[in-house]
Amino acid sequence: MSTQTMPFAKALTAGLRAALDADDKALVMGEDVGRLGGVFRITDGLQKDFGEHRVVDTPLAESGIVGTAIGLAMRGYRPICEIQFDGFVFPAYDQITTQLAKLHYRSRGRIQVPVVVRIPYGGGIGAIEHHSESPEALFAHTPGLRVVSPATPQDAYDMIRAAVVSPDPVIFFEPKGRYWSKGEVDLDSPVPSLDGGGPDPLGTARIARTGTDVTLVAYGPTVATALSAADALAAEGTSAEVVDLRSISPLDVPTVVDSVRRTGRCVVVHEAPTYFGPGAELAARVTEECFYSLEAPVQRVGGFHTPYPVAKVEHDYLPDVDRVCDAVDRALSH
Amino acid sequence: MLNAPEGSDGASAEGVPFVQLVGPDGRRTEGAQDAAYRDRTAHLGTEELRTMYRDMVLTRRFDDESTALQRQGELGLYPQGRGQEAAQVGSARALRPQDFVFPSYREHGVLQVRGVDPVDRLRIYRGTEHGGWDPADHRVHLNTLVLGSQTLHATGYALGLQRDGLVGTGDPERDTAVVTYFGDGASSQGDVSEALVFAAVNNAPVVFFCQNNQWAISEPTSRQTRVPLYKRGEGFGIPGVRVDGNDVLASYAVMTEALERAYAGGGPTFVEAYTYRMGAHTTSDDPTRYRERAEEEEWALRDPIDRLAALLRAEDRWDDDWAAGVAADAETLAERLRADVRSIEDPPSVSMFDHVYATPQAQVETERAWFTTYQDETAEAAR
Repeated sequence: MSTQTMPFAKALTAGLRAALDADDKALVMGEDVGRLGGVFRITDGLQKDFGEHRVVDTPLAESGIVGTAIGLAMRGYRPICEIQFDGFVFPAYDQITTQLAKLHYRSRGRIQVPVVVRIPYGGGIGAIEHHSESPEALFAHTPGLRVVSPATPQDAYDMIRAAVVSPDPVIFFEPKGRYWSKGEVDLDSPVPSLDGGGPDPLGTARIARTGTDVTLVAYGPTVATALSAADALAAEGTSAEVVDLRSISPLDVPTVVDSVRRTGRCVVVHEAPTYFGPGAELAARVTEECFYSLEAPVQRVGGFHTPYPVAKVEHDYLPDVDRVCDAVDRALSH
Repeated sequence: MLNAPEGSDGASAEGVPFVQLVGPDGRRTEGAQDAAYRDRTAHLGTEELRTMYRDMVLTRRFDDESTALQRQGELGLYPQGRGQEAAQVGSARALRPQDFVFPSYREHGVLQVRGVDPVDRLRIYRGTEHGGWDPADHRVHLNTLVLGSQTLHATGYALGLQRDGLVGTGDPERDTAVVTYFGDGASSQGDVSEALVFAAVNNAPVVFFCQNNQWAISEPTSRQTRVPLYKRGEGFGIPGVRVDGNDVLASYAVMTEALERAYAGGGPTFVEAYTYRMGAHTTSDDPTRYRERAEEEEWALRDPIDRLAALLRAEDRWDDDWAAGVAADAETLAERLRADVRSIEDPPSVSMFDHVYATPQAQVETERAWFTTYQDETAEAAR
């Protein structure tokens, strides 16, 4: 077993490399992904090893990237598109929602479009406008798409490979603020199967930490925040369980419900605005399914109903340990 | 018309030259400028011309019958293609079997030539399917209603053909091209420009076949462009040609040129087929609100079917028995549509949950299960 400690970003690169190795129909395409290796270097070295026809520097046009990826998929390819930053996915939003998400449905299963759209997302990196957003709810609200976000290097490695073999389109949100967080990665872990036999490797949540007093539900960049909050809460005598959703669509409701039934309290943490955000759906589902186990209303911690603010104030926009602990206090006060 | 460039609007733009091999009177043109295109049709004999005529007649009968079925409440909507038969049939008859077509939604003549079943073509308007046929069967993608989106899919498909080694082999059985159909309205969509960029920089084997039918619902082409559309490709490095889209032979000829370029690895071509939407945008539209009767009458004189009929007669290729056979085929088609469209069964409501994903998805399956139970219980209660 070749387990190595590596940053999240390198685990993604290794996953992409494995996907390209495993299937010569897999392609990486996007702006600057070739010679430069992408602005975050996630595709570093891939063009050198796989060539310009498999790691493609595209014109600077997001709708064009996703639209041509759909055509390539119809021809039997498995395109892995990189959108450079979260706020730049919107030119492709039309192709993603009106075409990519619907082709399997409107063809009654005759067309598969196994396209992966990778999007570095989230804040905390001191960036200018359009470089720190969390638009995942917009995609989760679209039937036909899978929407996922890994939180650990191992999941980055496993989930990108699972996304590439998925026959359904996958919007793959990468927590760019965690790109350089390190963790252990087993590079020999098998390619996750989506044949429906076992647990859905792209749709199954993970208990990141067990606890008994409150369930913290997070994904992507806020899993680390929730884990840090759980440490702080433990010091105060509160035992927090942390659920790493991994997938926003589909939601692994049973795992969340099972946890909340045990703890009686639920706090959802994400960077996306809370208003109509993933936490709203989670709160509704938890309320529907755990009503008689709940000791307190479901609490939500997330971004505000403002455009993503300027870098100098983003620390007060993003959920942090204090705000998570504050929400837990509210839940415990009932 | 505010800001309308001189002569870019409808019939007034006759000053812009286009490829024309048969004039409105059904006589072959003799201009030297079109000699190369003329050569491309020299091999088309009586049988081939009659085939094109039959395609066009059947396409129009399909159009008329579908309009009638909509009026009778059998279809929710129908977008009429009347007047565009020559552009569609001529271009589609130039394709090889292995070529792939990405249509918009008014390409009834293209679907006719490619053999897509006429009843299947109407499922979308009957409200029983969003698609209607298997794209692999006739190498025709489903209709795309979001204007211009399909030009990117076509370009992506063409990039795949390049990777599959199906361009520039010199083998007519292998070399493959893609054609995407769109209109003057769609030409303003950003996706079309992005498709032109991607196709050009990659030298992709794709033909952009723009039917300029003069009207995007109520907006004349002058609201879409200040230069003739065939020039749209120029800035992208894509050669363009304007063809008389009511001349089936000219449409065929320019398409063979574009396809040969694509097959050989010469890259994309922008074809502007200059034609006219004789009918309404759809059965919900009322053209009397925005265009003059005189304009419609003027274009009626250029009816593409009449023109080909006149050519066949002028060249002694017409035969009354054969023509009666074509008319009988059209009647058979109409009878079949009347019978079979009416008998398309409504799908069960629970089928709405099918095919959202290729793999089972928890949310869809949860809702399907809930709906099934709800329906059963409601039925039980009603009993």
